[in-house]
Amino acid sequence: MAEHIIELQNVTKYYDDNLVIDNVSFYVNKGEFITFLGPSGCGKTTTLRMIAGFDLPSSGKILLNGKDISLLPPNRRPVNTVFQRYALFPHLNVFENIAFGLKCKKVKNTYENDKGQQYTKVEKLSKKEIREKVQKALALVDLEGFEKRSISTLSGGQQQRVAIARAIVNEPEILLLDEPLGALDLKMRKEMQLELKAMHKRLGITFIYVTHDQEEALTMSDTIVVMADGVVQQIGTPTKIYNEPANTFVADFIGESNILTGTVVGDKRVKFCGKTFECLDKFEPNEMVDVVVRPEDIVMCAPEDGTLVGDVISVVFKGIHYEITAQLGKYELVINSTESREVGERIGMKIAPDGIHLMKPKYTTNVFDGVITKRNTVKFADGEFECDVTQLYPGSHLDAEEYLITAAGEKIDLTDTKVRVEVGLDDIEISDDRNAGGTTGRIISIIYKGDHYRLIVRTEEEEEDFVFSTDDLWNENDFVSVIIPKDKIKLTLKQTEEKKR
Amino acid sequence: MKIPRFSRKTLCIPYAVFLIFFVIIPMLVIVFYAFTDKNMHISLGNFIRFFSDPTKLSTIVYSLVIALITTVICLLIAYPVAYILARSKMKRKFVILMLFVLPMWINFVLRVNALRELFNLLSSLGGMEWLASSNYFKTVFGMVYDFLPFMILPLYTTMLKIDPSLYEASADLGANGFTTFTRITVPLSMPGIMSGVTMVFLPSMTNYVVSDMLGNAKVTIIGKFISDYFGNDWHMGSMIALVLLIVVFVSTWLTGGFKSEENVRGANL
Repeated sequence: MAEHIIELQNVTKYYDDNLVIDNVSFYVNKGEFITFLGPSGCGKTTTLRMIAGFDLPSSGKILLNGKDISLLPPNRRPVNTVFQRYALFPHLNVFENIAFGLKCKKVKNTYENDKGQQYTKVEKLSKKEIREKVQKALALVDLEGFEKRSISTLSGGQQQRVAIARAIVNEPEILLLDEPLGALDLKMRKEMQLELKAMHKRLGITFIYVTHDQEEALTMSDTIVVMADGVVQQIGTPTKIYNEPANTFVADFIGESNILTGTVVGDKRVKFCGKTFECLDKFEPNEMVDVVVRPEDIVMCAPEDGTLVGDVISVVFKGIHYEITAQLGKYELVINSTESREVGERIGMKIAPDGIHLMKPKYTTNVFDGVITKRNTVKFADGEFECDVTQLYPGSHLDAEEYLITAAGEKIDLTDTKVRVEVGLDDIEISDDRNAGGTTGRIISIIYKGDHYRLIVRTEEEEEDFVFSTDDLWNENDFVSVIIPKDKIKLTLKQTEEKKR
Repeated sequence: MKIPRFSRKTLCIPYAVFLIFFVIIPMLVIVFYAFTDKNMHISLGNFIRFFSDPTKLSTIVYSLVIALITTVICLLIAYPVAYILARSKMKRKFVILMLFVLPMWINFVLRVNALRELFNLLSSLGGMEWLASSNYFKTVFGMVYDFLPFMILPLYTTMLKIDPSLYEASADLGANGFTTFTRITVPLSMPGIMSGVTMVFLPSMTNYVVSDMLGNAKVTIIGKFISDYFGNDWHMGSMIALVLLIVVFVSTWLTGGFKSEENVRGANL
């Protein structure tokens, strides 16, 4: 078993009151190239900063070689960072920048005195040693002869190399790279990716890399940690993450995907788009599942040979392949193929069992904690909704004064009753008109599921999430109001603690 | 008919006129007066008289020492304040900065007067009698009080511009707090230090209102000297003014004040 050089145990981080890292645990093997991948704001940079020591975890532990370093200041950690915008010292030249860390360093030297006894002295590195190390580092990043150059005269790519040299010259156990290629143009970025990979092999130290570019992550990493919303979504090799995404978020974020809703109809058989397919994942029959199919796993054939038949509605040339969109009734599927098709052409489609990935849907229903108000409405998620309170007591009805009369004729004042509110995924609508619904929020996620969109709307104050399906296309970050029809709000009484006692 | 055309050069004319009448001509007049005697004959008499008079020379040295002490104290007070304000994430740091800068908006003479009354009041209290005769102390105190904002502002604006990731990079490379301060913070805030020093040092050599009002007229700085001479001997006054000009020029040149590309004067407030 490989040695764990870094291990995070239940690390949680708050900025002020915002939860940015939510109970994250994982380990990094010694010598591997690991990448934190996720959209911006997912907590990947914060995780890196906690390993570097710039941010301290609010709770949880960070172990380095088994020792707790959670509270150690950055200058006492054997890690070095390549910063996003390089953070080179503008008042120092290339040589002085790279030598900065070496000049801070103290080493133990062993000497022999006249009597032949050995003794050790803690000393700074000599000028000669520093010069040799700097020159070696410059050679490693192909910048020999740049010692005297001032930082401002260097190009972006050269600054990037100086930043790498400045970090690796200290021979850290771990090199942290915070989106180091973000500021470079595409060609330069591709070159640097390969160079960094080669450098990793040559140096043999652990690289922890942060990026939002999934292609970069797939190209370079031994292991990828996919993060979203401060939570680790999946950890695995690039192949595993790509071929077996753990959930629809990963499938959507890494590469292109067709994400559909399906039903398991038998042993390793799943029904979606109106047809039954063989697959490899085992689920309980009749279970609702999310089905992920990569565009390159759909094979086009003659209409009479295909399991699915559809019409081509768009063809886009992407260089290596064509991206073909086909319409099958109300579903849309994206296919990647080296062959082109004409728009309007009828095609057949086949999917091999290993091209179909089933996953448990993350959301099956929305559940909230609510309180009944005086007017017999229910308050939850920053808003107030009309509802049918008689469903709380079977056979009850409301009297003229809006009091609830149970089947037994008992009169109950429901004000401040705590209830569990359930709303189905298909029972929510949203509107641009802020006053149209019971509450308002922002769209934080949109996933296309073949024939409809799966949206998540998050309210501003309590940050409650509404998950639902819609046929309409919205934009992320739109501010909308949430409409739920009165009869779609399902209420159940909460057994409160007080009642039990 | 020729239509008069406005070019960018035309826009410079008002300032050029101002420059000629209020800077260049007066300067030439000073040079002329400095090297002439009472009968308007060219002479080096003023020059010789100035450098052979110990009281005049000692006044220059006094002024330099007072200005130096004032500048150092201002720097020592202003640097930590600017550093803390620039690096803090406080939402109300602007208010604190304003508190330091606010006195600048109150009439200068009024402020010095208030300070004098305060000193008078304090020296009438028991145990504080020494204050009445500590003219140099009061002068320096008054100058620090007056010129402190001119030190804080340029320092603050320079330090705001330092990328915080540089501090992180320094710590990341193994530097402790002290090393980061001496090798990153100080060199990068140098333009602010230079500009603050210039803005405090020069006025504290010449601004004799403070020394007059707080030093019981016992402290004579070079500015006072010049002003006194212009009462009856314009030639000597011009000579002293010229010497001061050269001293300032040389000291600015020595500290590299002319080559600073970034001009941080804190004038944006």
